[in-house]
Amino acid sequence: MSQPALINRYRWYELAGIYAGIFVFLTFILAPFVEGFLVSLKPLGLLFSSPYRFWPENGSFAAYRSMWVSVPGFARYIFNSFFISTIVTVVVLALVVPAAYAFARFRFRGSGPLLAAFLAVNMFSGAVLLIPLFRLMRSFGVLNTYFAMIVPGVAFLIPSAIWLLRTYMMRIPRELDEAAFVDGASHFYTLRRIILPIAMPGITVVAITTFIGSYAQQFIFALTFNSKTEYMPLPIGLFAYFGRQEVIWNELMAASFVGIAPAVILIFLMQRYLVAGLTAGAVKQ
Amino acid sequence: MSVRRSTIIFAWILLLPALLYVSVIVAYPLVDTFILSFTDASLKKTTKWVGAVNYDKIFNSTFAEVIIRTFVWTFFSVSIKMIIGTFGAVMLNAAVPGRALFRVLTMPPWIVPMAIGIFMWGWMYNGQFGMISGMLQNWGLVDGPVAFLAHGSTAFWATIITDVWIGVPLVTLYLLASIQAIPQDLYEAAWTDGAGRFYRFRRITLPLLVPAMITMSMLSLIATFNSFDIIWILTQGGPNGDTTTMIIDTYRTAIGSKRYGEGAARAVLICIFLSIFCLLYFRVTHRLASGESR
Repeated sequence: MSQPALINRYRWYELAGIYAGIFVFLTFILAPFVEGFLVSLKPLGLLFSSPYRFWPENGSFAAYRSMWVSVPGFARYIFNSFFISTIVTVVVLALVVPAAYAFARFRFRGSGPLLAAFLAVNMFSGAVLLIPLFRLMRSFGVLNTYFAMIVPGVAFLIPSAIWLLRTYMMRIPRELDEAAFVDGASHFYTLRRIILPIAMPGITVVAITTFIGSYAQQFIFALTFNSKTEYMPLPIGLFAYFGRQEVIWNELMAASFVGIAPAVILIFLMQRYLVAGLTAGAVKQ
Repeated sequence: MSVRRSTIIFAWILLLPALLYVSVIVAYPLVDTFILSFTDASLKKTTKWVGAVNYDKIFNSTFAEVIIRTFVWTFFSVSIKMIIGTFGAVMLNAAVPGRALFRVLTMPPWIVPMAIGIFMWGWMYNGQFGMISGMLQNWGLVDGPVAFLAHGSTAFWATIITDVWIGVPLVTLYLLASIQAIPQDLYEAAWTDGAGRFYRFRRITLPLLVPAMITMSMLSLIATFNSFDIIWILTQGGPNGDTTTMIIDTYRTAIGSKRYGEGAARAVLICIFLSIFCLLYFRVTHRLASGESR
């Protein structure tokens, strides 16, 4: 970034206003996480007592230990979520990288409507197509397996991945592949040796957003297509903390933080990449 | 570059895997939904063709009410998302120390698995021990506990606020990116002419942000209309159906009571609404795109 010009210098009250605005905004965003974390530190008795107390008196990390005991399969749920998201991401990339390249570089009869058709998939949530998908999964015989969550998961993540990657690839100078082509390289060689390496940052962003997206959508497909505990992903697995009488809230929150920690750390490490990639995709439209 | 036959074939080869995949997993189920909606499909072994009975039933049931509720729910959720998102984007665009950190801190609702964020809100709304009710009581603003999810009107707003919370990060980051794409010299020119900060915001930032706001609200509209997890985890459509949207009702009918045919008819109706949104979306973005290049 260039050094702040005179135009961007704020008076003290403007600065105060901006910080106040950011504070209010971030309070809305972060309040559930702060409260969730404090809940995970409180003993269950303190949670279910009134009046309500915000700070955990005699708080401890006990729930982070007991959560593994209350729900013995919890580690498996985390593994399942990561496993499903990893496979989904790999399959989405395998399908989308060539398709995005085709849409970014070649115009032929039908390419426009076809792109629109791909993007239209974006408008259907899994919920709308649940009945036929259920029948389809049943006829493939994959209900209650990982496939039942992976297969539909991939489909609904393809459109945004195509969109993002196509935008990214369109910014790669055309001269690069044209020159290679003129030199006698085949289309396939050009894609593999010239486009892929240059598009790597864009592909990385697509991989991350697909991974996040897969994690986020693991609710409805798992709810409907899978009833086996061994294949349950984290979001459904968390329901195990809903006891018969009451929810073990402190352990539920502890489990939530344990479950998301690896993904959040990964994303924060990639954060620079992510924002840059999103911005590139967004601005170009 | 002349379009040669081999090029076209190559392009199709690249597209084919994705195309086949989406055809089997999305296009075929779409057709299947349509066909099912004219049958009495359920758990029974045999399925017979019943014509438009399922559609007839829709309008004799409370579904008409559900449709209106869905639109109201979506309207408020998207509007509030846009307002808070614009506010956030403008604030995070300011060149103040710490803004890189602030930008990162907007992301959590978006990157955390949806269900986990919803559980956290579920606790906050808890009537007896939850944070919001507790705080309100501690500050003396209410007399007794407020069970937000147990009453129709509060549950309705509670689900909207959670939906807003999940959608805001993306709106904010997208609008922030669009603000940053506005040429800096516009501001400098206005500044040289003596225009104040608010004037520059109202006359430059806001008008140039409108296309991005329209795009984002259309995308948000589709996502919000389809919103399932939030309502399902928080209220399952209750109390008394006061948070039952079209998606929830469809799920209940089809998966809950195994009335596939009736569920499919509801799904078809949802698809029709979504197609209208989508057409509108392409229209608007197309007009915006051609307007910009002029």
